[in-house]
Amino acid sequence: MIAKDINDTIAAIATPLGEGGIGIIRVSGINSIETVDRIFAAINKRALADRHSHRAVYGKIIDPKTKDIIDEAICIIMRGPHSYTKEDIVEIQCHGGMLPLRRILSLLIEIGEIRLAAPGEFTKRAFLNGRIDLAQAQAVMDIIKAKTDASLKVASGHLSGCFSSHIRQIRDPLLEMIAHYEATIDFPEEEVDEIDNIQVMEKIGELKDKINVMLASANTGRILSEGLVTAIVGKPNVGKSSLLNRLLHSERAIVTDVPGTTRDSIEEYADMEGIPLKIIDTAGIRHTEDKVEKIGVDRARSYIEKADLILALFDGTRPIEDDDRKIIKLIEEKNVVIVINKNDLEQSLDERWIRKQCSGSEIAHISAVSDNGIKELTEVIKKKVYAGNVVYNEGELVNNVRQSEALKKAERHLSDAIKSLDNDIPEDLVVIDLRSAWERLGDIIGDTASEDIIDEIFSRFCIGK
Amino acid sequence: MFIAGDYDVIVVGAGHAGVEAGLAAARIGCRTLLTTLNMDNIAMMPCNPSVGGPAKGHLVRELDALGGEMGVNADKTCIQFRMLNTSKGPAVQALRAQADKKTYQFSMKETCENQDNLDIKQLLVEKILVENEKIAGVQIETGEIYTCQCIVLASGTYLRGRVIIGEKTYEGGPIGQRAAVALSQSLQKIGVKLMRFKTGTPARVDKRTLDFSKMQIQPGDSEVHNFSFLSNEHTREQVPCWLTYTNEKTHKILRDNIDRAPMANGIIEGVGPRYCPSIETKIIRFPDKDKHQLFIEPEGLHTNEMYVQGMSTSMPVDIQFEFLKTIPGMENVKIMRPGYAIEYDCLDPLQLKPSLEHKYIEGFFSAGQANGTSGYEEAAAQGLIAGINAAMKIRGRESLILKRSEAYIGVLIDDLVTKGTQEPYRMMTSRAEYRLLLRQDNADMRLTEKGRQVGLVNDERYSRYLAKKDKINEIKILMQGKKINPSREINDLLRKNDMEEIRASINLYDMLKRKNIGYKELEEVFNLPHINDEVIKQIETDAVYEGYISKQEEQVSRMEKLENKKIPPDIDYMKIANLREEAVEKLNKIKPLSLGQAGRISGVSPADISILLIYLEQYSRRND
Ligand SMILES: Nc1nc2c(ncn2[C@@H]2O[C@H](COP(=O)(O)OP(=O)(O)OP(=O)(O)O)[C@@H](O)[C@H]2O)c(=O)[nH]1
Ligand SMILES: [Mg+2]
Repeated sequence: MIAKDINDTIAAIATPLGEGGIGIIRVSGINSIETVDRIFAAINKRALADRHSHRAVYGKIIDPKTKDIIDEAICIIMRGPHSYTKEDIVEIQCHGGMLPLRRILSLLIEIGEIRLAAPGEFTKRAFLNGRIDLAQAQAVMDIIKAKTDASLKVASGHLSGCFSSHIRQIRDPLLEMIAHYEATIDFPEEEVDEIDNIQVMEKIGELKDKINVMLASANTGRILSEGLVTAIVGKPNVGKSSLLNRLLHSERAIVTDVPGTTRDSIEEYADMEGIPLKIIDTAGIRHTEDKVEKIGVDRARSYIEKADLILALFDGTRPIEDDDRKIIKLIEEKNVVIVINKNDLEQSLDERWIRKQCSGSEIAHISAVSDNGIKELTEVIKKKVYAGNVVYNEGELVNNVRQSEALKKAERHLSDAIKSLDNDIPEDLVVIDLRSAWERLGDIIGDTASEDIIDEIFSRFCIGK
Repeated sequence: MFIAGDYDVIVVGAGHAGVEAGLAAARIGCRTLLTTLNMDNIAMMPCNPSVGGPAKGHLVRELDALGGEMGVNADKTCIQFRMLNTSKGPAVQALRAQADKKTYQFSMKETCENQDNLDIKQLLVEKILVENEKIAGVQIETGEIYTCQCIVLASGTYLRGRVIIGEKTYEGGPIGQRAAVALSQSLQKIGVKLMRFKTGTPARVDKRTLDFSKMQIQPGDSEVHNFSFLSNEHTREQVPCWLTYTNEKTHKILRDNIDRAPMANGIIEGVGPRYCPSIETKIIRFPDKDKHQLFIEPEGLHTNEMYVQGMSTSMPVDIQFEFLKTIPGMENVKIMRPGYAIEYDCLDPLQLKPSLEHKYIEGFFSAGQANGTSGYEEAAAQGLIAGINAAMKIRGRESLILKRSEAYIGVLIDDLVTKGTQEPYRMMTSRAEYRLLLRQDNADMRLTEKGRQVGLVNDERYSRYLAKKDKINEIKILMQGKKINPSREINDLLRKNDMEEIRASINLYDMLKRKNIGYKELEEVFNLPHINDEVIKQIETDAVYEGYISKQEEQVSRMEKLENKKIPPDIDYMKIANLREEAVEKLNKIKPLSLGQAGRISGVSPADISILLIYLEQYSRRND
């Protein structure tokens, strides 16, 4: 990967995940004001570019393509050199939690000449542009190192398996194409097979489709807004579906007093004061002969394995039963919050026993049909996330945005390549775009050695005197 | 000890790197000695009889623009010229020529012999003399000493050279030359790190024993091209090459005797290039190919020796004879010289600075195959730069370091000193990231000024360059100023001349961007001045590829910012706590001159570059 340019306009979410109610996106560089203007409609209809420095302007963030209103926001412009980085800065403040923040950030990157900031980059610029003094230089380097290490860790964890193999499935055929073109260019008198440009165009089209599929899932959330996977488990009738509905503020799941109501898992996204959650309501775990219910129960068990966080529900009104014991066993050594439900009714659960079995897990008391204890539960979850007990952090978010940024750029380069081929532009120019696409995809999986192209030429073609 | 002479610069070896180094240093005004093992082998071509091709032809043009000799000499002595890749974009079109080997050599020898400030001597250098980590001179086989300030090592494949033909090996340089054995040891003694590489060459066969009626003829271009921007040649007699193929019989002989191949029986230790595999390697690595193409190329006008391009081999001679006979047109072949492989010592180029001076031995420059490259053109390009920089050092002037965005020569040297090489390095256009800017047609525009600055470009070359440059600008401005409107009159005129009608007003320069419209068409219709083809080509290319060119120029200007951040030579990477260990190790070894170069070192991450950037800022503020 080539080093990032120090004069690019950069953007990033500036507030730590979920901290407080307000989220801030910071944009710094020459394109910042102009780009934010394209997605921001001030209430008084005046462009930010026409405003004085250090003014806060109230308005709405609107997707210029779909005209969707993403959030209400306050934009503060700070013109260079009177800003932290000494460049033009716009801060977008909104309160809608993490999801809109991400959408705004990826929108900026998509429409403008803006890229995602590297770890510690704002501070780095502040230093390079003389805003902060020599004494702080060491601190800047510490930040860069720490954040880079952290995001690398997340990146390598996140990319294991499926995702990076998808990228390779696009990248490998691209490399073949590039090597073939390059071989015909560098060895015109050798016996390298002719290239059929029509076929190549088709193939590039297919690769482009693959990228678009990945991008689509990125936008609906799989990559971009995959939340913290949170499974609600418990025996039948403890109030799992009721808790889901409570957390979603809607009647999403069917609630009845018949045990075994939920037969299959339900997945929903929620935003818990800034923490994106993917909540899964599962079938009540119990021994059953019913085939359909059995499948649901098995699925519930598998969620216990997969989830980042488990909310294990117990019914406060009933003594410990066999099914509860089974569940206690299943959640051993998992990342669990014990939730004792129905605290609006008389309690007869032996809480001491549970405490003994699950020492170390937090316990929350709630009533899923009222708001009782929900705030307490939220605090417990937040504490767990921020204490780093849950494997989810800022790094992952950054990686998600960075990935879709790279995917979008790769897609654009492939479109350009097709256009060039269609216009009979010479191959050596088409290759410029193919190579750029290949490099952007390589950025995602941390692999950009251009020597690969030369290796591929020699391994595929018999060339030489 | 007898001191036989004193020079500013001594060039060891008079191959393609050596002659360029010697001529450059002497032309800049340094008292220069060019040494060779054999006066009759100056600028010898021990391998294929050709110059140029993609990237290589570019190198020759660049070298020419800087005031080097290879292009001029090739134009004088080559016997076939072809422009390659004419169906592709302007950036990758390249000139390739067949050389008359002996004429090439003698012409170059004559040029060297008549060069002021340049002495040529036949002698074998055995020892490099170093005092206080500085070059002091050389000692030769017979004991005399020549003192000097700078050495350019251009020893080609002669260092501890070993020739291999089948089971037979002997000490020697290419084509029956002596090897330089003691010199290798002397280099190691003064602290130079060596690697061992291998290369090979095919048999030369007797033209009278070939049946060309069974081969396809490969004539040169009817249009005359030249490498040098100085050459005026407009007519040239051309000699053809011949195309034929191996077949299953050839392959079977090779397969059946593969155990006798030196690469199979373990005689060869050196690393050979992947782009120049021997025929035995080809049939093993690509077993599915039922034939391989061979070009039969003349070695000159006054010889019957023909070069069998595509057939490089180190098989025993009896096998060579067997398989050659299976090839159409070669049934009665007589071998004049068998093919062979040669192993040799070369420097690990990571020891060198971008000026091609050794990092720790002051005044020690090195160029060509001795630096782990392959090819006459790669060698000549480095020789020229090493010669220039030795002279610059003696004059107390700044080194000439070309950027990757300025020249293939820049890419070549930057690759060598930043990434090193694991096999003999060959230049390819795909190694250049700004290929569209580094065209062969604009090499003079890119580099003549630089050659002038170092003192190599003479008045004739310079005034030609200025005239061409002015003409290009003049015509561009003229065309941009001439607007045509979509009037009936104009559109009638266009239609009459087979051009598409226009809908909006457009200037003539932008007209060039339309399909099938060139300067000559417009010249006729709109009465533009008559100009020469080279100028036309520049203007057309600039117009047609404007979008792509400006995109690349933008990329360059972005990279430039990091290239321009220089790293002070006394920087201690160990002291930068936040750099990763791997980065510290690599940076210490390579000692990059700029942040841009540092970023190209494998194992140095963007985060490391960020940290370096901050460290450098800290450093410069402290020193203010
Ligand atoms: N009083 C009271 N009733 C509750 C509470 N939570 C759930 N209930 C009731 O308990 C019954 C079962 O609730 P559900 O949410 O369907 O329970 P479930 O765990 O999803 O059950 P299954 O899907 O069958 O496994 C319903 O009648 C709810 O109204 C609570 O906190 N207090
Ligand atoms: Mg339910």
